[in-house]
Amino acid sequence: MALLRSAQQGEGSSMSVTTGVDGPPKVAFFNDPKVRSIGVQAILIAVIIFFGWQMVQNTLANLERANIASGWGFLDTTAGFDLSFTLIPYSESSTYGRAITVGVLNTILVAFCGIITATIIGFIVGVMRLSKNWLVAKVAEIYIEIARNVPLLVQMFIWYKVVLAALPSPRAAWSIGDTIFLSNRGITIPKFIWGDGAWMIGVAVVAAIAGIVMLKKWAHKRQEATGEQFPVFLTSLAILFGLPLLTYFALGAPVEFEFAEQGNFNLRGGVGLVPEFAALYFALSVYTASFIAEIVRSGILAVNKGQTEASYALGLRPNPALRLVVIPQAMRVIIPPLASQYLNLTKNSSLAVAIGFPELVAAGGTVMNQSGQAVEIITIWMAVYLTISLLTSAFMNWFNARMKLVER
Amino acid sequence: MKRTLLSLALGTAVSLAGITAASAGTLDDVKSKGFIQCGVSQGLIGFSNPDDKNNWTGLDVDFCRAVAGAVFGDGQKVKFTPLSAKERFTALQSGEIDILSRNTTWTMGRDTSLGLVFAGVTYYDGQGFLVKKSLGVDSALKLDGASVCTQTGTTTELNLADYFRANNMKYEVVAFEKADEVIAAYDSGRCDVFTTDQSGLYAERLKLKNPDENVVLPEIISKEPLGPVVRQGDDAWFNVVKWTYFALLNAEEAGVTTANVDDMVANSTDPGIRRLLGVEGDFGKAIGLENNWAANAVKAVGNYGEMFDRNVGPETNLKISRGVNALWSKGGIQYAPPVR
Amino acid sequence: MSDIHSQRDLAYVRTEEAPAMPAPLTVSGPIGWMRENLFPTPINSLMSLIFGALLLYVIWITLEWSVFNAVWSGEDRSACIGDGAHGACWAMARAKFGQWMYGFYPFTERWRVDVVGIVGVLALVPMMMPSLPYKRINGIFLLGIYPILTLILLTGGNFDISFLPTITVNIDTGESSLNWSVWMVAFAFVLAIVVPILFLGFVAKIISPIISAIASAAIAGGVALLLIIMSIDFGLPYVETSKWGGLLLTLVVAVTGIVASLPIGVLLALGRRSNMPVVKLFSVAFIELWRGVPLITVLFMASVVLPLFLPPGTSFDKLLRALIGVALFSSAYMAEVVRGGLQAIPKGQTEAAQALGLTYWQNMGLITLPQALKLVIPGIVNSFIGLFKDTVLVGIIGLYDLLLIVQAANTDQKWVAPQTHSTGFFFAAAVFWIFCFGMSRYSMFMERQLDTGHKN
Repeated sequence: MALLRSAQQGEGSSMSVTTGVDGPPKVAFFNDPKVRSIGVQAILIAVIIFFGWQMVQNTLANLERANIASGWGFLDTTAGFDLSFTLIPYSESSTYGRAITVGVLNTILVAFCGIITATIIGFIVGVMRLSKNWLVAKVAEIYIEIARNVPLLVQMFIWYKVVLAALPSPRAAWSIGDTIFLSNRGITIPKFIWGDGAWMIGVAVVAAIAGIVMLKKWAHKRQEATGEQFPVFLTSLAILFGLPLLTYFALGAPVEFEFAEQGNFNLRGGVGLVPEFAALYFALSVYTASFIAEIVRSGILAVNKGQTEASYALGLRPNPALRLVVIPQAMRVIIPPLASQYLNLTKNSSLAVAIGFPELVAAGGTVMNQSGQAVEIITIWMAVYLTISLLTSAFMNWFNARMKLVER
Repeated sequence: MKRTLLSLALGTAVSLAGITAASAGTLDDVKSKGFIQCGVSQGLIGFSNPDDKNNWTGLDVDFCRAVAGAVFGDGQKVKFTPLSAKERFTALQSGEIDILSRNTTWTMGRDTSLGLVFAGVTYYDGQGFLVKKSLGVDSALKLDGASVCTQTGTTTELNLADYFRANNMKYEVVAFEKADEVIAAYDSGRCDVFTTDQSGLYAERLKLKNPDENVVLPEIISKEPLGPVVRQGDDAWFNVVKWTYFALLNAEEAGVTTANVDDMVANSTDPGIRRLLGVEGDFGKAIGLENNWAANAVKAVGNYGEMFDRNVGPETNLKISRGVNALWSKGGIQYAPPVR
Repeated sequence: MSDIHSQRDLAYVRTEEAPAMPAPLTVSGPIGWMRENLFPTPINSLMSLIFGALLLYVIWITLEWSVFNAVWSGEDRSACIGDGAHGACWAMARAKFGQWMYGFYPFTERWRVDVVGIVGVLALVPMMMPSLPYKRINGIFLLGIYPILTLILLTGGNFDISFLPTITVNIDTGESSLNWSVWMVAFAFVLAIVVPILFLGFVAKIISPIISAIASAAIAGGVALLLIIMSIDFGLPYVETSKWGGLLLTLVVAVTGIVASLPIGVLLALGRRSNMPVVKLFSVAFIELWRGVPLITVLFMASVVLPLFLPPGTSFDKLLRALIGVALFSSAYMAEVVRGGLQAIPKGQTEAAQALGLTYWQNMGLITLPQALKLVIPGIVNSFIGLFKDTVLVGIIGLYDLLLIVQAANTDQKWVAPQTHSTGFFFAAAVFWIFCFGMSRYSMFMERQLDTGHKN
C-alpha cells in the first residue's frame, strides 16, 4: 500500500507542472510527469511480482516440507462421502471433482431462487413501508429493522429451527392427494418418467413462450393504435399452461409419475427438496429482501411527486400509476444497488455450511478436510464465486443500460 | 520477558515480530518459549471445552497439561488454540501449534500423507448410532432408507458411507459443521439416526429434550483410535509426547496417583516405579527432560485412570465406562511399554 | 337605529361566538385515528387485521419463550432440564455472562477491558455529536492515541521491537539465502528513506524546506516514540489474544477492520480513478477480487492458506490473520463507498484547485477528500454495520467471538441442556440488534445533518 502511495505522489507531480503559453517549461527528468508515471508503475509491477514470487516460493517450500502433495489430481479420487441434496447423479463412489460440481450447482440453485424471492418480497415490503395504512407500514418497518440488524448466520439457525419445528415427521407427513408430501424431511413431489414423444411437451413450452412474446407486442401495438387494452397477463397464463397440457393429452399422456410412498423411515421415491434448502432459502430471501425493501423505498421516494400527481390528473388509478409511472422511473435509482444486493445474496449462500446444506463451501470444505488440499480448494472457491459475481454484475450492467433514461 | 505479539502499528515489520523458528526442533522451541501451544477442539464435552471459570477442561486438554508437566514440571504452562476440524492439520503443519490433541482419529492416510505422526491412542473410540426408541429399531442393519445426521469433514462421514454401502442399504445424509447443529437437527426430527463416535453419543445425549427416549444401537461400525498428533521428522518431540502418554498408563498400572506420587518418589522400593519416577536411571535425560518427568506429568493431571474418570468417567455427566480403554491388565487394550 | 336596538334586545341572540364543538368521536381521538390509518377501506381493514394478528402472534410466542416459560435462576443444568423448562435458560446466561462479554480474559485483568471501553465511549460520544467542539483534538486522540492505549491495555504492552537481531541470527544460520524477513526489513528501510524524500520534495515546493524537514522529522520521531512506548514494561500481565473473546473480540475485529480499511479504501478509490493504467488495473483487480468472494472463504484463506504463504517456520497470531483478512475484505467495500463520494464532487473543485497551483495530494487532502468523506459518512457507518454483523464468521476459524462463545456454553458439562443453544442465540441476536439498530439510526441522523440542501 505504501508503494501505491508513492505511486500517487508521482501522479501528483503531473498536476503541479504548469503548462506555459510558450510551450512546456524545462523540468528535470525526474519531475517529468511521464517519466515519473512510468517509473512509479514499474516499481508497482516489480513489487507485485516480487511478493507474488515470494508467496509461490514459500508455498511450494512449505508444501514440500510438510509432505503435502499439490496439484489437481485429487479431483479424480473417490470421495467416499455422501451429500444430502444433489441436482446431478452423485453417490459416495463419485469423485471429489463431482462433489464440488454438485456444490457449485447447489450454490447457483439457491442463489437463483433466493434472488427471485428476495426481489418479490423486497418490492412488496418496500411499497408496504410507504403504505398509508399505519399498521401495514409499521409491520414493514419492524420487519426491515429486525432482518437488517441481526447477523444472517443467526437468522439462518433460527429459520432452520422454525422450519423443522413447524413441519410434521415423515410418518405424519402432510400430503395433497398423496402426490405432494410435506414433512420435516422436505417436500416430495412425484418423479417424472418421460415416455416416447415427451420432448414434444418441451417444444410446446418453448412455443408458448414465443407466443406470449408475440402476443405482448401485438397488444402493445393495438393499444397504441386504438387505445384498447388487452388482458395480456391472463391470456399469457392460459397459453403457458394450456399449450403444454394440450400437447400432453394430445400425445396420449406420455409422462408417467412415480409417486412417493411411505417407507420404513422416509418417503420412498419421488423427487425431494430438503428442509436445509428451505431454511437457507428463507433466510437468504428474508434477509436480502429487507435491504431491497429499503432500496425500493428510497427509489420510489426519489421519483418526483409531480409524476404521481400528473398521472392521477391523467386519470390513472393509484395501482397503475405506481406500476406504469412511478416504478419504471424508480428502477433507474433501484437497479445499481439492487445488483450489489444480488451479489451479496450469492456470496451469503456460503453460510449454508452451518445448517448442513451441501453448497460449494460445504462440499468443498468436506473435500478439503478429507484430502488436505487446502490451497486448491480455496482457489476453486474463489474462482467460482468470482465468476458468478462477474457474470451477475455483467448482466445487471446490461439491464441497467437498457433501463437507463434515454434522453433525446 | 519481551513478547513478540504482532502489531499493526509496526506496518511492514509485522511479519518479523511474530516469527517463531519452528524448524529448530519443537522440544527446544517449547523449552525456550516456556509453554506448549496445544491445539484442541472448539468444544466437545469431556474432551475439551472452556468452563465458566475460563479454564479449559477435558481429556484432550489434560493430556497437553501432562506433557507440559513432563517438560516444565508445571501443568499450567500450556496455551490452548481451539481449532475447527478443517483447520487442525494445517495449524500443526504450519507450526502454529506444537501438539494437536483434538479427538483426531489415527488413520493410515493421516499418518503418512499429511506430514504428521500420531503419538499414541489416548481414547479408543468407535462409531455408533443413536436412534429414537419409538422407531422400534434394534439393529443398525435395519436402518435401510433412514436419514442420518452427522458432522461434516470427519472420518464419521466416510465410515457411514462405507457401512451402508457394504450392507447394501440406502440412506440420506445430513452433514453439519458443528456437533451442536447435528444433535439439534436430530432432536427436532430431521433425522432418524444420529451417528458419531460413541463418546460423542454420550456427550450429545445431554442436549436432548428427552434422553431416555433414545437408544444407542449395539453395532460399532468403525475403529476410532483418538490420539495426539505431532509433526513428522521431529523425533525428540515425538518421543516426549509418546512417552508422556506411556508414563500416564504405566503410572496407573503401578498405582501411582496424584495423591501418592510424592510419597512413592520418596519411599517406593519397587524398581519399576523407581525407574518410572526417575529415582533410578536416567530415562528422563534420554528424552531431553528432567529425570522426574513422569512424576511431574502425574502431578499435573494424575495417571491415565484419574484423567479418564475426572473428565468422562461414571462420576461425570457423561457416565462413560472404561470398556476397551481399561488397562490391558483389567480387560481393556490400553498397554504401555515398560520404562527400562 | 331600530335594527341595532332590536338586536340588542333579543335575548336569544348570542353576543359572542359559540365555542367550537369537539370533532365527532369517529374522526378524532384514537377511534378517528384508527379509521383514518387502519380501516379506511375494506381491503385496508382486512390487511390491518391480518398484519395485526400476525404481529400479536409473533410477539406472543417470543414473550412466551423468553419470559413466561423461562428459567431465571439455578446452579447448573438441572434447573433447565425436565418438564418445566420449555423456555429460555437465563440461569445459564447469568452464569456465563462475564465470559460472553470478555471471553477468557483473566478475571483479575478485566478492568483493563473496562477502561478501554469507558475511555472509548467517552471519546466517541462527543465525536459523534455534531454540535460539540474540539473535534480535531478528539479525532487525534481517537485515531492516534486511543488505538495505542487499547493495544497496550488489552495485550499488556512490552512488545519486542528488537527485530533486527532476528535477522542477524537468520543470516548467521544461513538456512535460506534470501530470507523473507531480510527482504521485509530492506523494504521497510527503502520506504523509510524514500517516503520522507518524496515528502520533502513535494512539500518543499509550496511551503518551505525547513517546515517540511521539521514535518519529516516529526513523523520519524513519532514512529520512534511509538515504538518506545510500545516496548515499555508497564507491569501489566500479558494476555495473549487467544484469551480474548465474546463481545470484546467482536468489537475488536469490527473496529480494527473498519479503521484499517478506511485508509486502504481511500487509496484504492484514488487508485481506481487514477490515470496510470497499472495503478488503475491493480486497484480494480484488488477491489473486484475481494468484493467478488464471500468473507467466509477469505477467512479460510487467512487461517489455512496464509501460513503456507509465509517462509517456513514463521507463524502469525491467529487473531491478526483474521484481522488482515477482514481489513482487506472491508477495504474493497470501503473503496467503493469512497469512490461514490469522490464521484459526487463536481469536477470544478479539482479544476479550481489546479488553477490555484495545488498539487494532486494537496488537492485531495485539502479540497476533494474532505468533501467526499463528509458525504459518505452514512455509507461508512453502513459498511461498519455490515462488517459488525459479518464478524460472526470469525467463529468459523475458531476465534471465540460473541456467537461462538454463546455456543460454547453448549459444550460445558455443567450447563448443557436442550434450551442452552437457543438461549445463547437469542442473547447474541439481541446484542447484535441493539448495536446495529443504534448505528443505523445514527447513520440516518447524520444523513439529515449532512444534508446541506445542495441536493435537489
